Amino acid sequence: MDWAFLFEISLTGIASGGLYALAALAFVMVYKATRVVNIAIGELLMVGAYLFFTFSAMFALPLWLAIPAAVLGTGLLGALIERTMIRPLLGEPPISVFMVTVGLGSVLVGLVEMIWTADQRRLPDFMPSQPIMVGEAFLAPKVFWGAVIAVVFIAAVLLVFRFWRGGVALRATASDQAAAYSVGINVPRVFSLAWVVSAMLAAVSGIVVGSIGGISSSMGVFGLSVLVVVIVGGLDSVLGALVGGLFIGLVEALAGAYLGGEYKLLATFIVLVAILMVRPYGLFGTHEIERL
Amino acid sequence: MRIGTLKETYTADAALFDSQTQKAWLAVAAALLVLFPFMASDYWLYLACLVAINVASATGLNILTGYTGLVSLGQAAFMGLGAYTVAIMQTHWDTPFWLNLLAAGGVAMLGGIVVGIPSLRVKGLYLAIATIAASFIAHFLFANLAITGGTGGLSMRPASLFGVALDTSFRLYWLIVPVTVLMLLGAANLFRTRIGRAFIAIRDRDISAEVLGIPLLRYKLLSFGLSSFYAGVAGGLWAYFFRVVTPESFPLLMSIFFLAAIIVGGMGSILGGILGAVFMTMVPELLKLVFDLLPNSAELVVFLSPVRTIVFGLLIIGFLVFEPHGLAEMWRRIRRFFHLWPFRN
Amino acid sequence: MATPHSGATPPLLQVDGVTLAFGGVRALSGVGFDVQPGSITAVIGPNGAGKTSLFNTVSGFYRPTGGRILFKGEDITRVPAPQRARMGLGRSFQNIALFRGMTVLDNIKLGRHAHLKTNVFDALLYVGKAQREEAELRRDIEERIIDFLEIDHIRHAPVAALSYGLQKRVEMARALAMQPQILMLDEPVAGMNREETEDMARFILDVREEWGVTVLMVEHDMGMVMDLSDHVVVLNFGQVIAQGKPAEVQADPEVNRAYLGSGDVGDLRRKLHAANASQPTGVA
Repeated sequence: MDWAFLFEISLTGIASGGLYALAALAFVMVYKATRVVNIAIGELLMVGAYLFFTFSAMFALPLWLAIPAAVLGTGLLGALIERTMIRPLLGEPPISVFMVTVGLGSVLVGLVEMIWTADQRRLPDFMPSQPIMVGEAFLAPKVFWGAVIAVVFIAAVLLVFRFWRGGVALRATASDQAAAYSVGINVPRVFSLAWVVSAMLAAVSGIVVGSIGGISSSMGVFGLSVLVVVIVGGLDSVLGALVGGLFIGLVEALAGAYLGGEYKLLATFIVLVAILMVRPYGLFGTHEIERL
Repeated sequence: MRIGTLKETYTADAALFDSQTQKAWLAVAAALLVLFPFMASDYWLYLACLVAINVASATGLNILTGYTGLVSLGQAAFMGLGAYTVAIMQTHWDTPFWLNLLAAGGVAMLGGIVVGIPSLRVKGLYLAIATIAASFIAHFLFANLAITGGTGGLSMRPASLFGVALDTSFRLYWLIVPVTVLMLLGAANLFRTRIGRAFIAIRDRDISAEVLGIPLLRYKLLSFGLSSFYAGVAGGLWAYFFRVVTPESFPLLMSIFFLAAIIVGGMGSILGGILGAVFMTMVPELLKLVFDLLPNSAELVVFLSPVRTIVFGLLIIGFLVFEPHGLAEMWRRIRRFFHLWPFRN
Repeated sequence: MATPHSGATPPLLQVDGVTLAFGGVRALSGVGFDVQPGSITAVIGPNGAGKTSLFNTVSGFYRPTGGRILFKGEDITRVPAPQRARMGLGRSFQNIALFRGMTVLDNIKLGRHAHLKTNVFDALLYVGKAQREEAELRRDIEERIIDFLEIDHIRHAPVAALSYGLQKRVEMARALAMQPQILMLDEPVAGMNREETEDMARFILDVREEWGVTVLMVEHDMGMVMDLSDHVVVLNFGQVIAQGKPAEVQADPEVNRAYLGSGDVGDLRRKLHAANASQPTGVA
């Protein structure tokens, strides 16, 4: 048993898990506020990465301009999406909104392919490139720094939720819109905000993921792993996104290393099936009880 | 209330086509279906066969998702099970096509029942996500088992009827269309009986349904089984039509296609399944036509694929936002208008 | 505790020491009463007393944490809900539970589900067994239920389009289609005006007369309860605090206190204290 190898793989797994956690956070943000399962989260990630590519590689903007521009641009897209296709479906069964996000994913993939073609591209490097060594274990620098960025953002979001009354407003609108209205919360504004923040987080995630593995119009498949992460963690749990992300990152890294690359997604989906059978609401999700 | 539709017996009231006009239109449609292959070009015959296969599969999905309310993104995987069953049986044992098709339905049905087992504990979107997982696991199996020919897939000889090989669209039409019509009839019949009503009850209020006497797990599994049987047969027809089956033949995108088809057509109505499948199959062809007619068609053709993807997504979003009951509802509105004409509303 | 019966006609339904707990919350504590065949029994009590939980337990939606339920002398505590429907427990719901995707007729036909025999093969073919069974069902429902409840003019209407009062009547029709021996009605006249209430009362009496069905109902309308019931069971905080003939129960001081409150804060405090003491974890 090669413990050093195991340690190295686990380290990589946990670090990439941090990235999953960030993307999962974007997902949870929208679900917590609007009860919408946004399966196009992977595609929003992709848009963020492509916007960064456009601003930095195509328009040659400096990094300190390109990154915020990409993030804000995606945020704007999030607001647009919420206004045009999510809000009209308020009150419809959740499956309808889910299908809208499926359609959205298609539209975004098509747009990316149309504007930038389906070819794979590389993002400009902006992270330090010395290899990171933990003892004898090697950790790819991009993965490490990506995880650091993810942790910073996750911590920021957790703090904001804890101390800012907007976080409470978010939770209030999720549980009871009418009641939230009646205590003076501007519900539509909260919805928009949730989607904007979610899109921006997805963009950050996308930029990091794209920096590691390149960008392509099929990047959205990352979203499927994120879906598993949030199911494992609980659709409305920020902590769950973190724990779930780390866990799935680990599972995928181990499966990839010991079984082979094509087993990664399979392992993830087997975890999904297992969790759905044993604890469908995830490790930290809230169980909604139906009344007869 | 339509004029001139008085019924005098309960049986008459329960008929599928209950007015003279409807029966007349039905006769016309039947005649058209029979005459069509003799008048159509190869291209249109090809399309007709493809449309029929999609109608059959969409109807199956409609039973599960439109009528029983169990959202499934696994339809393509079940079709794949059917297609591979047909390919394997045809290649290894050269069994007659009708047996292969029944077996295809059977194998897919078993798969459907297995996937449906979590449906008691797991509901709504969680179930949809579980079906995505099932899709991936199926894809993995298709690509990695020896019997399915691995990533290269299988290719097969055509079906044969009394020694005649069904290897042209014209010949396959006479296999595919009658099978599809039978499947449509079966589905329509289903919803005139207690089985169909039970499905709808599960969709609308499953916990009350149980207290009213419907065993939930059994009926959910029945719905999964029936709908995947339909998918399996459709997949088998697909295999006979294309004669090559690979793991990439039935991607998750195809499941999304069928879900889109029933949303666009109208969930919970047989007509909706038909309209949706026809519409969604024809839209890419229509786009191709439009692109051919454009002035710079040679340069623009590279955009055909992304435009198709965008249009696909926009159709889903558009129908859900503006016409959630689909084309079937639009059709009903037009009919109502003509029924009441010259009166308003 | 279930009251011991005389032995002449065994009770149709016996609820025997039923306890239902959700985590720390006791919805029902040691609830026991009998329902005699052919009677109309009313379950009353303030909101939150556990009446619907009781119904749900008898229907089979909840599994009691203690006690048993006997139907026609048979212990059905472990019998799954669909089977109880087939045995003869019919039910209507507090918040109308009609299936909005179906017409009135289909909703009513659904009630008969557990007694029908069509299997999936018959159904796909339709011609033959399924068609005969459906025609027979239709005839039976038209003649016995639709006529009886006077809903023939709306039989093909989608239920979502109906007024509240009519929906309630369709609920009743569906419950009747279940061919029940005991009909459990959860607030059958909730939200109805005087005329609708009288109609429903008439239907309930007719159901007992012509169909021989035993009625168990949850009700808040005291007029209905007093005029119709043979036996009244009063629940409060998940316990039976009184039962007997309507007049007896009406005069019972406990019952009056439960509904009206005694106005004495000390009394309220004592009551809350007693309720807390009977629950395993402190629920304020």
